[in-house]
Amino acid sequence: MRRLSRHFAPYLLSLPSWAYLTVFFVIPLGSMLGLALATGDPLDGYVASDNFSEFSLGFSQYHAEFVRSFFYGAVSTVITLVIAYPVAYWIAFYGGRNKSTYLFLLVLPFFVTFVIRVLAWEFILSDEGFVLGTLKSLGLIPQTTHILSTQWAVIGGLVYNSLAYYVMPLYVALEKIDRRVVRAANDLYATPRVAFTRVIIPLSAPGIFAGFLLVFVTNVGDFVNAYILGGPGTYMIGNVIQDSFFDNQDYPLAAALSSMLMFLLMVAIFLYAKTFGTDTIQDYAA
Amino acid sequence: MSAAVTMPVTRRPKLEIGRRLLAAYTGLVIIYTMIPIAVMIVFSFNIAPNGRVALKWLGFTLDAYRHAFGIQDLTGALINSLIVGMGSAIISIILGTPLALALTRYNFRARTATDIIIFADIAAPAVVVGASLLSLFLELNIPRGLITILISHVAFNVAFAVVVIRARMTGLDRSLDRAAADLGATPWIAFWTVTMPLILPGIVGAGLLGFAMSIDDLIITNFVAGQTLTFPLWVYGATKIGTPPQVFVLSTIIFATGVGLAVINSLINRRAEHRRGG
Repeated sequence: MRRLSRHFAPYLLSLPSWAYLTVFFVIPLGSMLGLALATGDPLDGYVASDNFSEFSLGFSQYHAEFVRSFFYGAVSTVITLVIAYPVAYWIAFYGGRNKSTYLFLLVLPFFVTFVIRVLAWEFILSDEGFVLGTLKSLGLIPQTTHILSTQWAVIGGLVYNSLAYYVMPLYVALEKIDRRVVRAANDLYATPRVAFTRVIIPLSAPGIFAGFLLVFVTNVGDFVNAYILGGPGTYMIGNVIQDSFFDNQDYPLAAALSSMLMFLLMVAIFLYAKTFGTDTIQDYAA
Repeated sequence: MSAAVTMPVTRRPKLEIGRRLLAAYTGLVIIYTMIPIAVMIVFSFNIAPNGRVALKWLGFTLDAYRHAFGIQDLTGALINSLIVGMGSAIISIILGTPLALALTRYNFRARTATDIIIFADIAAPAVVVGASLLSLFLELNIPRGLITILISHVAFNVAFAVVVIRARMTGLDRSLDRAAADLGATPWIAFWTVTMPLILPGIVGAGLLGFAMSIDDLIITNFVAGQTLTFPLWVYGATKIGTPPQVFVLSTIIFATGVGLAVINSLINRRAEHRRGG
C-alpha cells in the first residue's frame, strides 16, 4: 500500500499543473494550427478545413518581415551578449560582498512596465529630445539627423530590454566556475588571455547558450519596440501577426504566420535541448 | 604569509588596471539601465500642456501627482492589472508548488516530459503564446475579458513558479522531513510543518516574480484582452496620440512601491539568515 502511494504521489502532485498547461498551452498551439487551415472571411466567419494556402501566401507575402525579425533578433542578441558578459564576469569574480546589490540594480528596470521602458527611449531618442536636440543646438550634428524609426532604434530598444535577461544566466554560469580551475591555469603559466579564452569562456558556455536562446526567441517575436521606436521600414513579423488578427481580422493568415514562427523557433529550441539537455535551461531561466 | 604563497603570479599592475576598467564599465552599464527610469521619474514632474507629456523640460509641477487618479479609465486599467497580477501569482503558486515538489523528490517516468513542457512554456515566444490562446478562445467562442487575461497570465507564470520554487527546494536538507516522518508525521503534516516554512522564501519569490511578469506583460495580454484594458495596454494604446503625465506618475508610484517591497523582503531574509547563522 505504501509503495503504491509512493508510486502515484508524483503523478498526483504534478496533475494540476499538467492539466492546466495541457489545456492552456499545448491545446492552444493545436487550435492555432487548426485556425491556420480554416477558410472563410471576416464577415461570414471561418470554418475548419485543410487549406494550406495561407502558409504559402504568408511566406511569399511576408518573407521580408521574417528575415528582418530573425536579423534583428540575432544582431540584438549578439550585442546584448557582448555588453552583458563583462558585467556578469566582473560581478561573479570581483563583486565581493555586494554581488546581490549589483544584480538588484541591474533588474531595477523590471519594476517599470515594459511598454513604459520603451516609451522612455522614444523620449530620449526623439528628434527634439535631449540627446539629438542638444547635439543639434550645439551644431554638432545636422538638423536632419534622426534615430527613431531606423532599424538601430529598434535594435537598441531590444538590446536594452534584454540586458538583464542575459546578465542573469551568464552570472549563474560564471559563479559556478570552480576558482581552483582558474588558478590552476595561472599556475601552469597560462596568460590571462589564454586562461580566459580556454578556461572561463568554455566553462560559462551553458550560460551563454541558455541566455542566447531566451533572448533571441523573445526578440524575434517582439513587436512593441518596432511599433514605438521603429517606422514602416522596420516592421517585424510580430507586427504583421498583430495586424492580421486585429486590423484585418484575417485569422487564418495570422495563425499561419505564428505557426510558422513557432515552427522555426521550435527547431532552434530542439537543437538547444539536444545539445545541452533540458535540465540546464531551468537553472538559468529564472 | 599565506597571501605570499597563494598569489605569487596574479598581482600584476596590468591586471589591476584591467580590473579597474571592468569595474568602471560595469558602473556605466548600470547607469545605462537607469536612464529610462530617470527619464520617467523626471518627466512625471514636468509641466504638461494639453494633458500630454512634453518632450522638453518646461518646469517643475506636482499637478500630475495631485491628479494621479484623474483619468478614470487609466485608473481602471491599473486596477485590472493589479487584480490579474495578484490572481495569477497566487494561482500559479498553488499549481506550481506540488509540481516542484514532485520534480525534486521523486524520480518518475513523466519527469523528462515535464521538464520539456516547463522549458517550452518559458522559451515560447510571447506572440505565439498570445496568438495560440486567442485561437483557442476564438474557436470555443469564449468572450475575451478579465478572465481570459487571468487564464493566460497563469499559463506563463506556472512555469516560472515551478522553476523558482524548485530551485529553493533543491537546496533543502532532506533529513529534516525524513526526521518528521520517522517521528510519525504524515506526509501532509510534514509538508505543512517542516517543508513549507523552509521553502516559503522561494514561494514568496515566485509570487513576486509572477506578479511582476504579469504587470509587465503587454504582448500576450494584447491578444487575449478583448475590450478590457490593463495598465500596459492603456499606455500602449496612447503612445501614438501622446502620453498623459499620469502614466509616468502611476508608473513612478509602482516603481517606488516595488523597490521598497523588494528591499524590505531582502532585509527580512538577511536578518533571518543572520539569526539562523548566529
